[in-house]
Amino acid sequence: MTANDILNILDAEIICRDDLLDTELHTACGSDMMSDVLAFVKEQAVLLTGLVNPQVVRTAEMMDISCIVFVRGKRPSIDIIHLAEDRDMVMLCTKLEMFTACGKLYTAGLRGGSGK
Amino acid sequence: MESIKLHYDISPTDFTRAGAASGDVKKTLKALGVAPATIRNVAVAMYEGEINMVIHAGGGEIDVEITGDAIKMILADHGPGIENVELAMKEGYSTAPDNIRSLGFGAGMGLPNIKKYSDEFQLDTAVGVGTTLYLTVYMK
Repeated sequence: MTANDILNILDAEIICRDDLLDTELHTACGSDMMSDVLAFVKEQAVLLTGLVNPQVVRTAEMMDISCIVFVRGKRPSIDIIHLAEDRDMVMLCTKLEMFTACGKLYTAGLRGGSGK
Repeated sequence: MESIKLHYDISPTDFTRAGAASGDVKKTLKALGVAPATIRNVAVAMYEGEINMVIHAGGGEIDVEITGDAIKMILADHGPGIENVELAMKEGYSTAPDNIRSLGFGAGMGLPNIKKYSDEFQLDTAVGVGTTLYLTVYMK
């Protein structure tokens, strides 16, 4: 699945790095707790979160997560967007709630990561 | 390979900057051609430590030494220290206040995550004096 597929499935909006929409994503993780995101290794993952602060991008950076989706219509501020842009991350925003967004991606074939 | 030493002062108050030092180490390791799995282990362990310093300890200092076979990190703070190390090492146990949880941390996964991603883990702490973590990640 590509970031562009996620964009369509979640009826999302692009926030930054539309040049990287062909990025391949194999796993997904949905959480508002960043330490939970850090607890398990995921390969080529997308992070879905309702949390909006710079630590979302920092957490994604440490885990090599290349796509972040903000759920429930949350939008990051410009400094957060710049952080993601500099780190080659695609950012999307969907009006869907976390459960629904995760369910749609799961139905479309995306799976959670395997533990370390 | 000659060893590379890096030093970082972690700001006590700036939560938005927390993780900048870990990001810098990650970039350095990438430039050195270190294996991605090794880089991730270092990045996550150090990042959780950096966050802990900001949340619990009023900042601190991190020293990193990169040699041919390992990355060694020393994370030292002069915070309140850890009263019960056994509890602090337990997944899900946290003393972080609610405002920290609203920032996405304080799930009680910090120290367990640090241990999980490190090959060697040593924690020295004294109440009222501070906490120092000695972490080593071997090159894969």
